Amino acid sequence: MITLTINGLQVSVEQGTTILEVAQFFGFPIPTLCHMEGLSPYGACRLCVVEIGEGSKSRLVSSCTYPVEEGMKVRTASVRVVRARKMVLELLLASCPQSKVIQDLASAHEVRQQRFRQEHEDCILCGLCVRMCEEQMMAHAIGFRGRGEHRGLGTPFDVHSEVCRLCGGCMYVCPACQLRCTYTEPEKAICGGCANLSPPCLVKDPFDDMMCYMSPCVACEIKQN
Amino acid sequence: MKTDEILGIVERHRDEQGGLIAILQDIQTRYSYLPADALRRVAEETGRSLVDIYGVATFYRSFSLKPRGKHLVCVCLGTACHVRGGPVIAEKFSALLGIQPGDTTADREFTLETLNCLGACALGPIVVVDGHYFSNVSTVKVKEIMEQTRAGLEKVGTKGDKRVFPVELSCPRCSHSLMDAAHRIDGHAAVRVTAAFNGSHGWIRLSGLYGSPVVESEHDVPADVVVNFFCPHCHAELTGAGPCPVCEAPVVPLMVRGGGVVQICSRRGCRYHMLDLESDIV
Repeated sequence: MITLTINGLQVSVEQGTTILEVAQFFGFPIPTLCHMEGLSPYGACRLCVVEIGEGSKSRLVSSCTYPVEEGMKVRTASVRVVRARKMVLELLLASCPQSKVIQDLASAHEVRQQRFRQEHEDCILCGLCVRMCEEQMMAHAIGFRGRGEHRGLGTPFDVHSEVCRLCGGCMYVCPACQLRCTYTEPEKAICGGCANLSPPCLVKDPFDDMMCYMSPCVACEIKQN
Repeated sequence: MKTDEILGIVERHRDEQGGLIAILQDIQTRYSYLPADALRRVAEETGRSLVDIYGVATFYRSFSLKPRGKHLVCVCLGTACHVRGGPVIAEKFSALLGIQPGDTTADREFTLETLNCLGACALGPIVVVDGHYFSNVSTVKVKEIMEQTRAGLEKVGTKGDKRVFPVELSCPRCSHSLMDAAHRIDGHAAVRVTAAFNGSHGWIRLSGLYGSPVVESEHDVPADVVVNFFCPHCHAELTGAGPCPVCEAPVVPLMVRGGGVVQICSRRGCRYHMLDLESDIV
């Protein structure tokens, strides 16, 4: 067992637990976009930053990837943490302003300004879908490719992958929903998502073998309009 | 693309941990790019998922998923080369070839690429054509480089390059001279030996210049094939110098007139060669 102090509360937890798990267990909320139970921690979104250490030695770490240490002092909502978190949210909001998940988080954390140019990306590269596909669906159909500003994700060669079962898991976990509208190009479709609700949907034939997890369905709404 | 070639490449790196990049490099060396089918094959053989391999192939700039031309022209646009006029050089190449960086000419002769720093900043702007480096390139020099490339960069001269010089070779077994004065390669008497590979049998003439890779042969030798060399006089096989440190094919020993041994790799396309003036016969 390891004893640590989290927001002034002394707790004992098992070795190997992460700060995020401890905080969640003892009821200290830490926001996160790239963490999900059942998937390996990744530390991509940096929303879960917490402050560890004291005085001049204190530093910010991502709680989802940081295992607890003996005698550690953690603050999950110090001024420094809140400021960093708000900045991260503001940046995330600038890259994906249309994402409902990020909008809600930003609103909950009182991000009241938008100083950065809106990019209207459809992905925050959190890697949830990649891990979902690999670790839970055992498919390994999508992954990251490219580097730097060209980094993105999808299937190899951007064609439908033979290992993809169109389960829709990637869309289900996505906080920015990058794969929302692949219905326009069925040969590139990964999940089939919105394109396959019961009629009246779009042209249904190319999507006959797909399942849909979208509710409400974008395609259906487009069709109705 | 031949699947057994890919298989061979994968097999060569089977024992290496993290051999994926080495495999991809070998495939790229062979085909000048990474064909989609080759990547699928590598995924099957190594047991890795295709998406990981695709991720690695797209991560590194040196890997190309598009077919490249016969000649690869790389213009350095790193900081130092940039301020020394790299972009102007790149534009000049663009204009001469009629393509944008990253593209290949319609006749599949040239591919133009830019890269960021080769680490020889004092010599900038730098242009690399098929592994040959050109330093302090000016717009005037661009034309020269193009002409040189079209004429063949592999052509070597004794002038200016101290690593290249004529040698006279003889058979290590019967000591007969292998020089063929009637036949000249690179302006010097050629070295004539008998070669056997894949059931074909015929003469092969090597350049008499040490360091020159120019070879002429009776039958076309396919790339990567290991050739057995024989003395045309005593018909003994020229072998016994151990494996090539580069590709592990047998190395062929040839005696140098005046003492010493030249060793050349017997694999077509492998450029390994060594001159050992100290050593006597093998």
